Amino acid sequence: MDCNELVELVTAYLEGALDDESRARFEIHLQACDGCENYLQQFRETISTLGKIGNHQLDAAFRDRLLSAFRHWR
Amino acid sequence: MTGIVKDESELLAALRNGDEAVFAQLVDRYTPAMLRVARGYVPTHEIAEEVVQETWIALLKGISRFEGRSSIRTWLFAVMINIAKQRGAQERRNADAEIAAFTDGTVDPARFRAADAPVWPGHWKEHKEPTAFPDTPEGSVLADELISVAQRELDKLPQRQRIVVSLRDMLGFDSSEVCELLDISIANQRVLLHRGRAAVRQALENYLVDAS
Repeated sequence: MDCNELVELVTAYLEGALDDESRARFEIHLQACDGCENYLQQFRETISTLGKIGNHQLDAAFRDRLLSAFRHWR
Repeated sequence: MTGIVKDESELLAALRNGDEAVFAQLVDRYTPAMLRVARGYVPTHEIAEEVVQETWIALLKGISRFEGRSSIRTWLFAVMINIAKQRGAQERRNADAEIAAFTDGTVDPARFRAADAPVWPGHWKEHKEPTAFPDTPEGSVLADELISVAQRELDKLPQRQRIVVSLRDMLGFDSSEVCELLDISIANQRVLLHRGRAAVRQALENYLVDAS
């Protein structure tokens, strides 16, 4: 497995979707290749960063509209 | 007023009793991501807000009949995607074939040695290999900047990638739920997820290189 192939399999690897042979080749490559090990680290950090989006501020006027819909319904 | 309610049946009971604090808690938790996903189907932010509002009202109307067979979250997104599709002008034809048509790599091919290179074909070129992203303690300036960079890039992704990445990585849906919600195969779900994540990774890498 070359680096340019490995980078396309990272999500499949993280999802546990690689077959046994591909996963073994992926992991053997990682042990010998700092660039790909770093790529995997970057990918994990990316996913973790995406997971922290979400809690950003909801537009206050829109939030009020939803809450008043609730009051009205109640 | 109530504190944080965790259990779904408690949530449903509180909603049926008209507990506004619980409703507000759900709204705060899910609305930003609902807007993001809805925006993938409709042409403007305003219409996305209408779709999301309609979804919350549908939840309230249906709350007495809600049997808890799916989680509230799954129910919300399933209903919302239906409403959004009806409001969305664009036809979503043959999604699977369109996804399969992507064949480009997700990393700039110039970073790799050529396939016919005498040594290490297909491997990282010297000085082109990735370096590890720095540790960013939660709440640090850099951590917040990276979250903004990721958010901006997420907003720029093609519609289907944006929807899949939002559901998986922002909201933590699992792959089978996403396939069912979006009616796509597991393989194509993975393609969209990978391409979207790879684009965000590239944006973060660019940002960190520029910053250093």
